Amino acid sequence: MTDGATHAATSPRFKDNARAALADAELQKALKFMEVNFVARRREVAEKLPEFEALRDCARDIKDHTLAHLDLYLEAYEKRVAEQGGHVHYAVTGEDAQRIILDICRKLGARTVTKGKSMVAEEIGLNDFLAANGITPIETDLGEYIIQLRHEMPSHIIAPAVHLTKAQIESDFRRVHTHLPADRSLVEPTSLLAEARGVLREKFLAADVGITGANFLVAETGSSVIVTNEGNGDLTQTLPKAHIVLASIEKLVPTLEDLSQLLRVLARSATGQEMSVYTTLSTGPRRPDDPDGPGEYHVVLLDNGRSSMIAGTFRDMLRCIRCGACMNHCPIYHAVGGHAYGWVYPGPMGAVLTPSLIGIDKAGHLPNASTFCGRCEEVCPVRIPLPRMMRAWREREFEQHLSPATVRSGLAFWGFFARRPRLYGIATAMTARLLGLVGRGRGRFSWLPLATGWTRYRDFPAPQGGTFQAQWKAAERGHRARAPGPPP
Amino acid sequence: MTSREIILATIRRSLGVTGAEATRRLEVATRLDGHPQGVVPARGQLPPAARLDLFVGMVKAAAGTVERAADPVDIPVAVAAFLRAHNLPPAIRHGDDPRLSAVPWERGGTLEIRRGASDGSDPAAVSHAFAAVAETGTLVLTSGADNPTTLNFLPDVHIVVVSASDVVSDFESVTARLRSRFGPGAMPRTVNMVTGPSRSADIEQTLILGAHGPRKLHVIVVGEP
Repeated sequence: MTDGATHAATSPRFKDNARAALADAELQKALKFMEVNFVARRREVAEKLPEFEALRDCARDIKDHTLAHLDLYLEAYEKRVAEQGGHVHYAVTGEDAQRIILDICRKLGARTVTKGKSMVAEEIGLNDFLAANGITPIETDLGEYIIQLRHEMPSHIIAPAVHLTKAQIESDFRRVHTHLPADRSLVEPTSLLAEARGVLREKFLAADVGITGANFLVAETGSSVIVTNEGNGDLTQTLPKAHIVLASIEKLVPTLEDLSQLLRVLARSATGQEMSVYTTLSTGPRRPDDPDGPGEYHVVLLDNGRSSMIAGTFRDMLRCIRCGACMNHCPIYHAVGGHAYGWVYPGPMGAVLTPSLIGIDKAGHLPNASTFCGRCEEVCPVRIPLPRMMRAWREREFEQHLSPATVRSGLAFWGFFARRPRLYGIATAMTARLLGLVGRGRGRFSWLPLATGWTRYRDFPAPQGGTFQAQWKAAERGHRARAPGPPP
Repeated sequence: MTSREIILATIRRSLGVTGAEATRRLEVATRLDGHPQGVVPARGQLPPAARLDLFVGMVKAAAGTVERAADPVDIPVAVAAFLRAHNLPPAIRHGDDPRLSAVPWERGGTLEIRRGASDGSDPAAVSHAFAAVAETGTLVLTSGADNPTTLNFLPDVHIVVVSASDVVSDFESVTARLRSRFGPGAMPRTVNMVTGPSRSADIEQTLILGAHGPRKLHVIVVGEP
């Protein structure tokens, strides 16, 4: 993929982005809502379903099975779509997908296009492309609509405007909806929602083409599946002359039974709902005696590097069902929000996927932006080993000599001692004793040579007692003294 | 090479396969034909009366409202009362579903009945569900002249009639019914699975009902399970 088909990534400037995010008071206020809402709700709803963990295993196995047979399921899927009167288009790159969609729109003489939320559309920069070609794209998911007004990227894969406060949204609505009375009250979130509903209702009814993403594609029936709460995706795919589905190839699942398994983990992991409000299966265009529905049904299947990912270390990432649980539970995401990651996919899933899609040379900071606390893997509905894969990216970055000089010299310094255990023991014991003595008074350091990157934002605690290794040895000796005999 | 050929060839190279392997083809064909079940939660595996109670409870938990009607002839009064209680005009739209066409709507008093798909001007619509799922309180609606899809989304109020005997335990029971109704592998243009009224939490993650779809979802369960 080339830059022409993507948003320009600011991922190489992750550190600057993060610094700015930490200093952004409005953003910090908006991010505070995350911990209480997403995390608590997911836990509650998962605990209510005794089979939840077994369903996660099953969901993982379904995706693994599908990926291992993806060529054959794609063939079965496209056959079904065609049998029901739909068209499947394959796109190797983002530009291919853009061109296919533009051709369909032009053939229909389309001027406006309504859009359901689609991360793949963000990935290929579809809105800017359509606008540059004289077709007006209108985002209809409330969060996507808000960020379209602001010319921003989504900061979260299921809650695109999670970085904004109510006051910011109100000022955007006042700036753009100038046809409405200036003295109207928009204090309550309900009034903001009602205004968006009114404005967008006209757009839905006037649109020539509706473009949605797909949460899943079902090989058995040739159906595309969208999962939403607002109902915007359904109006998008029902009212216009044509429905275009833009989906990446790994969205496939074999059967309706497999779909049921994945639906049971998706909403619970994403928003902590038992089910999202609307789960809709679309199959082909309207039938001859249908009074509504689109006259044409097109599916654009995007590869964009995924078929190559199947071969390597990052195949497991293709299991991802885009629920957002990993970012909802990530302490880094909670601190800096999604825009700091600098491209379409933020959080832990983005830290693994983004380097695959735009290159580790541009996205090298992202897999480093993790404490490896492991919460993302703990909550992932398809059990993607996210920390392990971030580690794999770090290794690759190091091997390709892309890591910054300070990181490389630091690692070389540590590596020198790590390969010499006796020297390591002596050096750490001396350092710990020295720091312990110097820091005795305050118990912490607000400045340390060679560690200013740490002490600029937080104190460094003064070591107490011996090194970890020394304490371990002492504990072992004590254990042996108390419980003589062979170890259990 | 076409894009299709490039993508399939790259997948096969990544998997180390040719696509002609008989065992892989058999495995895929067997799964598509046999559609094996995965984990089905015990929650919905209940005798009919308890299953219906679960369904009613789950609809309410999803912010929908539910009432029971002993017989289809009771539907007009129930619909009229619901509209009146919410200060809505006495008018509904429904499709050609024979079960709704047979309803004696005149019993609902001055209820105005419109037919067919919605153009967005209807305050309320009545649909008949294909089935309902007790496990999550989900209604399943299929598109067609019987129950046009626009009725599920454009009106402010959506009233859905479901036969008590169509309230099933789980999604797997729905897929079995879809196959027997439409044939294996075939589907209507749209299958809507609806759990509660439309909502959004995109503003400060505060849940607000009535986003782009109906602001209210009312379910009328007809008959005995």
